[in-house]
Amino acid sequence: MLKRTLLATAALGLGLAFAGGANAMDKVKACFVYVGPVGDGGWTFQHDQGRLDVIAAFGDKVDASTFQENVPEGADAERVLTQMALGGCNIIFTTSFGYMDATNAVAAKFPDVKFEHATGYKRDSANVSTYNARFYEGRAVTGTIAGRMTKSNKIGYIGSFPIPEVIQGINASFIHAKKVNPDVTMSIVWAYTWFDPAKEADAAKALIEQGVDVILQHTDSTAPLAEAAKTPGVIGFGQASDMAEYKPSPRVSAIIDNWGPYYVERIGALLDGTYEQKDTWAGIGGGEVKIGDITEAVPAEVKAEAEALAASIGDGSYHPFTGPLNKQDGSPWLADGVVANDGELAGMMFYVEGIVGDIPQ
Amino acid sequence: MMDFGGINPAILIASLMVASVPIMLAALGELVVEKSGVLNLGVEGMMIMGAICGFITAVKTGNPYLGFLGGAAGGAALSLIFAFLTQSLLANQVATGLALTMFGLGLSSLMGQGYNGIKPPLTGVVPFGPLRDIPGIGRMLFSHDWMVYFSIGVVAATWYVLKYTRTGLIIRAVGESHDAAHALGYKVNRIRLMCILFGGAMAGLGGAYISLIRVPQWTDGITAGAGWIALAIVVFASWKPLRVLIGAYLFGGITVLQLNLQAAGSAIPVEYLSMSPYLITILVLVIMSSGKGRTALNAPAALGQNFHASR
Repeated sequence: MLKRTLLATAALGLGLAFAGGANAMDKVKACFVYVGPVGDGGWTFQHDQGRLDVIAAFGDKVDASTFQENVPEGADAERVLTQMALGGCNIIFTTSFGYMDATNAVAAKFPDVKFEHATGYKRDSANVSTYNARFYEGRAVTGTIAGRMTKSNKIGYIGSFPIPEVIQGINASFIHAKKVNPDVTMSIVWAYTWFDPAKEADAAKALIEQGVDVILQHTDSTAPLAEAAKTPGVIGFGQASDMAEYKPSPRVSAIIDNWGPYYVERIGALLDGTYEQKDTWAGIGGGEVKIGDITEAVPAEVKAEAEALAASIGDGSYHPFTGPLNKQDGSPWLADGVVANDGELAGMMFYVEGIVGDIPQ
Repeated sequence: MMDFGGINPAILIASLMVASVPIMLAALGELVVEKSGVLNLGVEGMMIMGAICGFITAVKTGNPYLGFLGGAAGGAALSLIFAFLTQSLLANQVATGLALTMFGLGLSSLMGQGYNGIKPPLTGVVPFGPLRDIPGIGRMLFSHDWMVYFSIGVVAATWYVLKYTRTGLIIRAVGESHDAAHALGYKVNRIRLMCILFGGAMAGLGGAYISLIRVPQWTDGITAGAGWIALAIVVFASWKPLRVLIGAYLFGGITVLQLNLQAAGSAIPVEYLSMSPYLITILVLVIMSSGKGRTALNAPAALGQNFHASR
């Protein structure tokens, strides 16, 4: 144990030394680890679009041809990462929350390789950076549309895992649906997966059977939209990607993750020697989160309202978590006009007032 | 309509009928296979081959009905490998079946490259016209696609054939004592081959139902263990076709119920709800098997034994 700690410390020291003296590079090999298949039409598809943007931006100077799909979160990820690091990758993007520990463990062993972990918060070595997008900003917009569009006043949310990122999404959607429609209630089903079309379809079906007519999803496949398409009057939103093949209904809008600019910036920095460890969390304003085209299935005034909300979040004049807001148990969280800070959001593990049910532990 | 804990029973029954189709078809196929004395543990592999073959056929031709044919063909093709290994080369059935599952999962993943995220042609519901509008019953019984009715029909047909026809008698004879059947002049291996093909086709149909109707999409490992549940249902049904129907509805029902309970905001923790279908399957199997060897009595006597004419 002591030996391992010593080794880790030594590796950390080495990493710091290398990170300090960043040198320009002639050619960079960038590698990507995906949690689902590129063809998921959602989360992984968007990361792969970012990878293609890198190829388009740098041409021969960057080899971004290496990626691994369907890597399970856990011990397998560590194996894949080690293989990539040994295979000469200079920078590795690990694109799911569950790769957090594997990324940090492997990064400690390869101080020369840069690791970029999406949606995580651990940066144990100097060569680990984290990046995330403020998806909750997009959720505020889709929540508004959901509140306006529901006729049964029941909206459903398919949660993936009970982690802060997903809780933020649930809270942001609910707050903004409730704001435009005080009668709205939200049913939440936990799928315990990021990508499993069969499970996601079953969850959507159960929600629809419970009278839900607007489905928000935090899982990556198009299966919930396919399920919604079977029942007239039920709508949903594209998740992570535009999911345009379900336009104009059930897909009435989408939250699109736009990773390309970030990938191009980081690899560019590695090429010209300005690369530094950092933690990035950009949203609608920074262009990382985009709202997909709002279709004609949505009335014009609702569309205008949603677009105005997105614009005000984008220019910073409005924050989706602005007080007065209470926690689920009724205890005060944010006073009138107070805005939640990033630390609170990053560790958010409670529902806001009005949501029924418990977060699974 | 009455509600139980916020859940409408008519809708619940309607959706459990849909949810249980894949396991019902696969279990029925396996039942016939086991009745003929062959234990094919490759149901999961054959199902997923059916899922991808059906999906590819439906996407390429644009016709969901051809898709189901393709799925049945895919499952049967994989079962042919099993038949060759166990009936001609006399390989161990348990090991071959397990290998078949792993092979099927891998091969389907390879074949499915490029088919992720594609929409297959939709299979419509059977037009029952005014029957659909009967309150309660209409939603429950007359709002499904043709495969739901087909699967129930196959259960009835299998029951009839096994119990009342000469073909059924021969299949059972082969499964109870292949030596006696052989002495009577029946071609044991050929009959078993036919049963294995039927089992493969049924598993393939079940798989195609998942990728063409239930989800409808292709992704690696889409059957998610349904084949193993089908195997358990055969034992649960003590090798009786009509009980396969009950077993499949029970499992499908609990699966649907646990999601509905979640959506209705039940106070039971999600973890317990998610494991409940499997827990209850285990529980029922334990109860079934504990009744003084009742299950053992019902199992075909020659189950899992290879046959060679020279023996």
